[in-house]
Amino acid sequence: MTLDAHIPSGPLAQKWDKHKFELKLINPANKRKFDVIVVGSGLAGASAAATLAELGYSVKCFCFQDSPRRAHSIAAQGGINAAKNYKNDGDSIYRLFYDTIKGGDFRAREANVYRLAQVSVNIIDQCVAQGVPFAREYSGYLDNRSFGGAQVSRTFYARGQTGQQLLLGAYQALCRQIGFGNVKMFPRTEMLDLVVIDGHAKGIVARDLVSGEIASHPCDAVVLATGGYGNVFFLSTNAKGCNVTATWRAYKKGAAFANPCYTQIHPTCIPVSGDHQSKLTLMSESLRNDGRVWVPKRKEDGSKSSSQIPEADRDYFLERKYPSYGNLAPRDIASRAAKEVCDERRGVGPGGLGVYLDFADAIKRLGEDKIRERYGNLFDMYEKITGENAYQTPMRIYPAMHYTMGGLWVDYNLMSNVPGLFVLGEANFSDHGANRLGASALMQGLADGYFIVPYTIGHYFASSKQAKPSISHAEFKKVEAEVRAQTQKLLSIRGKRTVTSLHRDLGRLLWEKCGMARTETSLKEALNRIPMLREEFWKDVNVTGDGCELNQNLEYAGRVADFMEFAELLCLDALHRNESCGGHFREEYQTEDGEAKRDDDHFAYVAAWGYQGPDKPPVLQKEPLVYEEVHMTQRSYK
Amino acid sequence: MNLTLKVWRQKNATAPGRFEAYEAKDVLPEMSFLEMLDVVNEELMERDEEPIAFDSDCREGICGTCSLVINGIPHGGRKGATVCQLHLRHFKEGDTITIEPWRAKAFPVVRDLVVDRSAFDRIIQAGGFVSVSTGGVPDANAIPVPKADAELAMDAAQCIGCGACVAACKNASAMLFVAAKVSHLGLLPQGKVEKDRRVAKLVEAMDAEGFGNCTVTGSCEAVCPKEISLHFIARLNRDYAVAMLKGRAV
Repeated sequence: MTLDAHIPSGPLAQKWDKHKFELKLINPANKRKFDVIVVGSGLAGASAAATLAELGYSVKCFCFQDSPRRAHSIAAQGGINAAKNYKNDGDSIYRLFYDTIKGGDFRAREANVYRLAQVSVNIIDQCVAQGVPFAREYSGYLDNRSFGGAQVSRTFYARGQTGQQLLLGAYQALCRQIGFGNVKMFPRTEMLDLVVIDGHAKGIVARDLVSGEIASHPCDAVVLATGGYGNVFFLSTNAKGCNVTATWRAYKKGAAFANPCYTQIHPTCIPVSGDHQSKLTLMSESLRNDGRVWVPKRKEDGSKSSSQIPEADRDYFLERKYPSYGNLAPRDIASRAAKEVCDERRGVGPGGLGVYLDFADAIKRLGEDKIRERYGNLFDMYEKITGENAYQTPMRIYPAMHYTMGGLWVDYNLMSNVPGLFVLGEANFSDHGANRLGASALMQGLADGYFIVPYTIGHYFASSKQAKPSISHAEFKKVEAEVRAQTQKLLSIRGKRTVTSLHRDLGRLLWEKCGMARTETSLKEALNRIPMLREEFWKDVNVTGDGCELNQNLEYAGRVADFMEFAELLCLDALHRNESCGGHFREEYQTEDGEAKRDDDHFAYVAAWGYQGPDKPPVLQKEPLVYEEVHMTQRSYK
Repeated sequence: MNLTLKVWRQKNATAPGRFEAYEAKDVLPEMSFLEMLDVVNEELMERDEEPIAFDSDCREGICGTCSLVINGIPHGGRKGATVCQLHLRHFKEGDTITIEPWRAKAFPVVRDLVVDRSAFDRIIQAGGFVSVSTGGVPDANAIPVPKADAELAMDAAQCIGCGACVAACKNASAMLFVAAKVSHLGLLPQGKVEKDRRVAKLVEAMDAEGFGNCTVTGSCEAVCPKEISLHFIARLNRDYAVAMLKGRAV
């Protein structure tokens, strides 16, 4: 396995333009001869599938949901960043680039991030043209809000449903191409393996979730846009169906998995209410624009109601510790600060695992109507879940697993080390380093799908000159047989444990040992227990029903089986990275005041893991992170 | 708390269905309705029985996947909430609860409580978009949109495509769904250009899918988890009439 990021030479600001010119093109009349499979229909997948079809490629798009409109991008609330500088507050492409690199704790690839900042402005133009109803000012021009990790106002939003509106824009573009016959859509169809022939990605094997039929789909290139792996923790803000299966199977077919230990814990989620909890709900980071985060100064006050605690006895810990960013400190920092005060037993609510997010000052200053206009749907959502009215009492929030910065390794063209396999959005590793800033996931998904892969995929076709794969190739038969065998195996165990109970055990283990804070000891413990849990899964799981019908438990079991393997790689990566950076916080490596302490001399690299076989440890390949423009500094938000 | 559930079980699209009774024992008021079903399913699987198939994904009211009729009301009757946002604190100890799938000719049952809503996708494919390809668009601020129009468009655009409107309607009409899309795009300058063509195409596709006609009883609005207003149906009727009167080739 050799990794070459193929970063173009030349000054940072000119790399993408230069590269675009150097990319080989495919004649418009020839594009329809190339079959592209896009797996996933979220922001990255839908935008890629639509744009590739517009260019003339023959596209097949797969999603496990019943409609491409339901991919989890839809749940993103707060907004999307773009360096438009509409507010005249000093924003620029360079500033968005720098904020993103710094926010990622100097663990992202410089050239990719700069390109992301460059195309961010095109994304907003595109979405507006599609009819995305972004918030407007009375002038009719676009409104912006601020988000964590930035001191400018560059976040575009559509109430608290920005992800929904952007996804519907991409979904509608996709539907247009489906209607034209340029995209064939496969809803309720799950990719279960990647097919690699002569070293190139040549298709997938997928299961029709309604009929249970397992079939091969050959193609000239595979685009994975299958999201992140946050559900390995069982409880996360991800949708129930989010899973690692597509990327994990690609890993086992030779694609390198990069930085799996970079996981993001979001500071503002609704606290867990009990053991029955099936998922956690995020309260948008945008709330931190107007909400103030606090806990009682004394732990004895934890049982009092918030109104009984006078101003003088409150600790607005983010404002105290980070006066210049205050409540808008980046996610990893805000999460750890919340954990810290809860560890000091100053947390609020049941179990003491919560902090207040208080809007009283903002309501006094702006009026309840203004707050309702800005965040009404979030307050409603909070009320539905907790039964509490946040206009009257402060919200209670606690950090929860939210996003995964790690993912399949890709080069500057978003192609993995398996030629012909492209990886977009949260499924790849490239742009957020060790921590993602708010409102940057939507930006990256759409950048990858609308503006990057449509250029780079043609270059692959033009330069690799691969033969068309045949569905009767032995490799397809072999992979199909393997997929069938695994399905049969899951159905034949008939043990005593439900899939959920085993998944919950895995999630709890990871949250405790490899969650917001990690140590060598805790990680070794996890690495010791994961294989045992996996063994128990394969010995004692109970999957009812059969494989030739809609069987939701079987689908779930397959996903958890992959989480059981993936969890080990996650912990291994966390153990090897003897430093703290962004979302990866190793307790052994912190500054005197408890901040993440990087070790640039030894760890300024991308850790890309290569699969070696079921009983062999993965091999680590390092891609050094070379910064030509920025100086690596200790992040400070004080 | 303890509840009795009467759940629609149906093996597949062609098999006949029936109600089965289940006990939900020792469930908690702070559980969501779907978490209660998770618990019931866990118990069924522990007894080696087939779990109840139902759709859900985001479990925070935005993806539009969950789709249960509870005691005759799609999403269970909490104002502005999907069934995944419904919590047991709204039920009483000992309640008997009937759970059914969406029922409409255009939404055939796949299994138990899972239905096929691909008809909605086909309606959008017929013209529920702005015909713009990637690239070659003007600067975002070159298209000013009056704030009031943007807000009204957003009210319509919030539709999550869950299909509760169809499930609630005695005629299984999809007018609120279509009206929401027609209004969202038609209210914005970007979408006005092909407004007439769009409304004609969408209504034609809606009729072809076998959805019933609208008699403006308002049951759709009453159950819509995003509280999309019946006014949009009035707007749809007006837009459709204008398009037909203009008689422009579509």
